[in-house]
Amino acid sequence: MRETRMSDKKNSAGWSRRDVMKAAGAFSAAGAMPMFFSRGAWAENNFANNPGKATSIKLGFNVPQTGAYADEGADELRAFKLAVKHLNGEGDGGLMNTMKPLSLKGNGVLGKKVEYVTGDTQTKSDAARASAKRMIEKDGVIMFSGGSSSGVAIAVQSLAQEMGVVFMAGLTHSNDTTGKDKRRYGFRHFFNAKMTGSALGPVLKKEMGTDRKAYHLTSDYTWGWTQEESIKETTEALGWKTVKTVRTPVGAGDFSQYITPILNSGADTLILNHYGKDMINSLTQSIQFGLKDKQVNGKNFEIIVPLYSRLMAQGAGKNLKGILGTTNWNWALKDKGSQAFVKSFGSEYGFPPSQAAHTCYVQTLLYANACEMAGTFYPPEVIKQLEGFKFDGMGNGATEYRAEDHQCFKDVLVVRGNENPTSQFDLLEIVQEVPRSQVEYDAKIFGGELGPYKV
Amino acid sequence: MDAIFLQILNGLDKGGAYALIALGLTLVFGTLGVVNFAHGALFMLGAFCSVTFQKLLTISKHVKDESITFFDAFKDQPYLEIWFGDFGKTIIDYSVPLSILFAIPVMLLIGLIMERGLIRHFYKRTHAEQILVTFGLAIVLQEIVKSMFGANPIPTPAPDIVSGSAHIGVLFGLGESVVYPWWRLIYLAFSGLVIAGVFAFLNLTTFGMVVRAGMMDREMVGMLGIDVEKKFTIIFGLAAVVTGLAGLMYSPILPPDYHMGMDFLVLSFVVVVVGGMGSLGGAVTAGFLLGILQSFASMNEVKAIIPGIDQIIIYLVAVVILLVRPRGLLGREGVMED
Repeated sequence: MRETRMSDKKNSAGWSRRDVMKAAGAFSAAGAMPMFFSRGAWAENNFANNPGKATSIKLGFNVPQTGAYADEGADELRAFKLAVKHLNGEGDGGLMNTMKPLSLKGNGVLGKKVEYVTGDTQTKSDAARASAKRMIEKDGVIMFSGGSSSGVAIAVQSLAQEMGVVFMAGLTHSNDTTGKDKRRYGFRHFFNAKMTGSALGPVLKKEMGTDRKAYHLTSDYTWGWTQEESIKETTEALGWKTVKTVRTPVGAGDFSQYITPILNSGADTLILNHYGKDMINSLTQSIQFGLKDKQVNGKNFEIIVPLYSRLMAQGAGKNLKGILGTTNWNWALKDKGSQAFVKSFGSEYGFPPSQAAHTCYVQTLLYANACEMAGTFYPPEVIKQLEGFKFDGMGNGATEYRAEDHQCFKDVLVVRGNENPTSQFDLLEIVQEVPRSQVEYDAKIFGGELGPYKV
Repeated sequence: MDAIFLQILNGLDKGGAYALIALGLTLVFGTLGVVNFAHGALFMLGAFCSVTFQKLLTISKHVKDESITFFDAFKDQPYLEIWFGDFGKTIIDYSVPLSILFAIPVMLLIGLIMERGLIRHFYKRTHAEQILVTFGLAIVLQEIVKSMFGANPIPTPAPDIVSGSAHIGVLFGLGESVVYPWWRLIYLAFSGLVIAGVFAFLNLTTFGMVVRAGMMDREMVGMLGIDVEKKFTIIFGLAAVVTGLAGLMYSPILPPDYHMGMDFLVLSFVVVVVGGMGSLGGAVTAGFLLGILQSFASMNEVKAIIPGIDQIIIYLVAVVILLVRPRGLLGREGVMED
């Protein structure tokens, strides 16, 4: 005799408990059907700072407004404000006229007007995190962006992952940002130290040969370490020898005690892995110590500054003349996208944008475009649209946001301090536009995990 | 040997800057009893005197770059060059040393305004209140400079003739390769001269004698019918000039930015404490001593033994000296001990 289980017993109406469960399941599935086919709709109502039925959304622009990078931060902020203007259909539209493919319509994002709040990172990781946290918790931003330091970018990127709010990084050049410290909620349009090395290598070979002895002075934090590693790898592959790598404290001011040992080290090339004020000071002082006038090993002594910015070039003045480096973008580029941005920014503010301004502007448009493509602000869907997104017309040629590490791949510029500037802005001469194929690398080499979509 | 020689020079040079700032700090503390946290801002203002003077000398005729249409780009040609040709160029080239003439009255005025306008109201307040108000003043001055000149460092090069390096090694029987920047050597000589000048002023003039007497016993000097307060106000102005000139002459080495005073302030306070509060000789001795120690600690050979020592050496030495000599190297009894 077969054993009859409780669940199979029928009641007076002929319904067993199993029948009830089945019916309930079917009813639930049927009820959910329309939402099931509208992407991510279940979760879409339950994410950080969902704008819901609000008529506007808020973006957070977290830039250094005080401290050594305040000028760079101010330029980033100008670019963000311009991007918001263009997104809302005001102004000349800027890069929305040249970006391809484009889903933006000039009516905000998904029909909602774009507003913004600003914060001050002070170029300090803890201050930047506190500022970003305030933007997310108090101001209700749906995305935040900005920054002029890799230390800051890495710190706020992990906060973005914890809080489920997308972070579109501003100026950050450390390999770690999209390497070992990469995050699902963090995206970088700016190039990195590895790409700098790949772009610079062939130019160094052509201009300085394969028999050189290099001495590195390196800022003692994540960006400096990864740049030193990448440039060393590049130059050693060319056949150069590395005489010494010396770490210098950030903000050292007077670098004389680090420069004097170079004089008798046998090195004929100095590589300054410094940025901002440190770079201005170390370069100025190196030239005062006569390094540029020296002859070592039968060669002219050379100085290389792998990462350049126009604002730094202004601070270094004539000391920068003839010195090689790389940059993410330059206002003198002649492609339609760059020209559209320079025109838009120049008309608005009366001077050309910096590379920091360019990357921040592009990042804002890319995020907004991804929301339009996704048809929702739900971060996992927006992230999926950004991952692997291929676009053009934003300066730097055809570009791809690599899905594996959220690093943008595009052409990189090798530049040189201009010997004969034609104006106060004509500080960097473009030596070569290095094609994207030359700076690509395997995403696996730096390790790291992006983490989950849903947090 | 070459390396040690160069590090001694580096240390003396750095120490010169520390000593000049610490000297000003000590003068103010010794006379007025004020712990002046705005003193670093005076160093910065001095550097910006050279920036301002350079900007005045390079007021230019704008020649528009017609190839750029999206914004106004100019190639500037200074009027001095247009009017006086090569002589005009030479004047611009010498803008940093010439700006000393501009900086002395400006810094004196800033010092007097600072003392009469704000600091004198805090003489009888606690040191904590003095620190708060002077620190606040430093921030205000910084922000004013930032709003006028931006946050980016501004290049203020030394004259071309001294922009390179001197083959100083030959003079000391060392190798040809032992070179040292001319401007740093000038800075070292300049700091020595200013320090000597201040000491001569205090020791060889009647004014200096009264000030020293006032530093010893302010009340007694006042009872003798001397207006010590007025003299101390002038001393505050003198301290501002000394510190301002230290900043001005440092501007070719460190392109000035609005924050440079704060970078030096903390170190200078350590120098004053190590030297002994209120001791002018102590401030100068400690300035050079700590400058040299900092340079040696940055040598690769030293860092190979104790990594990171270059970043803590000054504070480490300060701790040791204060443990052994709680009043600092040349500190006087009774100062800051009430």
